[in-house]
Amino acid sequence: MKKILILTALVLNTLISFAQASSVEMADTMRANGKIYVVVGIIMIVLLGFIAYLFMLDRKLTKLENEHKK
Amino acid sequence: MKKNWWKYLGVVILLYVHLGGLLLEAPRLNILNETVRALYFHVPMWFGMVLLYMVSVYYAVKFLRNPLSDADIKSVEYAHVGTAFGILGILTGMLWANYTWGSPWHGDPKQNGAAIALLVYLAYFVLRGSIENEEQKARLSAVYNIFAFAAMVPLIFIIPRLTDSMHPGNGGNPGFNAYDLDSRMRLIFYPAVIGWFLIGVWIVSLRVRYRLLQNRLIEN
Repeated sequence: MKKILILTALVLNTLISFAQASSVEMADTMRANGKIYVVVGIIMIVLLGFIAYLFMLDRKLTKLENEHKK
Repeated sequence: MKKNWWKYLGVVILLYVHLGGLLLEAPRLNILNETVRALYFHVPMWFGMVLLYMVSVYYAVKFLRNPLSDADIKSVEYAHVGTAFGILGILTGMLWANYTWGSPWHGDPKQNGAAIALLVYLAYFVLRGSIENEEQKARLSAVYNIFAFAAMVPLIFIIPRLTDSMHPGNGGNPGFNAYDLDSRMRLIFYPAVIGWFLIGVWIVSLRVRYRLLQNRLIEN
């Protein structure tokens, strides 16, 4: 009985320390209802816009190069 | 399309890095909190800069061995985009430092070293701008380019390791050991370096093509 009590106490102790380890503040609630996906969306729009701009510049240069070859 | 496969590869990698870097599980660390994710976006700027400078120095040596004007243009444009990456690296680092170290400029040896390295490279563009003769400009700047690269390596990689630095992996420890970067972060960090380097090479190629076109127009 005593052994079981000590064992439970030890298990509880490790559980508590695990709980403490995971209580470091992260944006968990942000992810759930803090509209983090809006931010992700905004960053993706900026990235895609930047890349689209690069592709357009690339095409413009290719056109000019082809024109100049003639 | 076939010739441009590496551009699409860079784009796909960056999309993965941005989505994964923002949404996948990251290590829970005190003080850093969610800013640990800044590693996916801040450090690839520096890795990209160093890689672009390496290619720049390669073309500088190539130019000195065989003075073709193409090698000079490539060398300059690689250094140019590399410097842009470095400026983005220093700005992102300052924002990150402000909220984790307490102030944007903390006098950290790596931060100071990186700033000096950038100034050394800015002097490269000053040198180029101050010489009228095209051949002389190309030759002198190629020689200076080698010096600038040789100065950057100890400033960023050696001195911060000799003294105490707030950057992880510095102050006597090898970079990226098990405690600094766990395996989950590597899965996003290394692709981020490759992705940004590919995009950097793409921007360089656009600038080189523009310069070659400009030269041809001046000749005619």
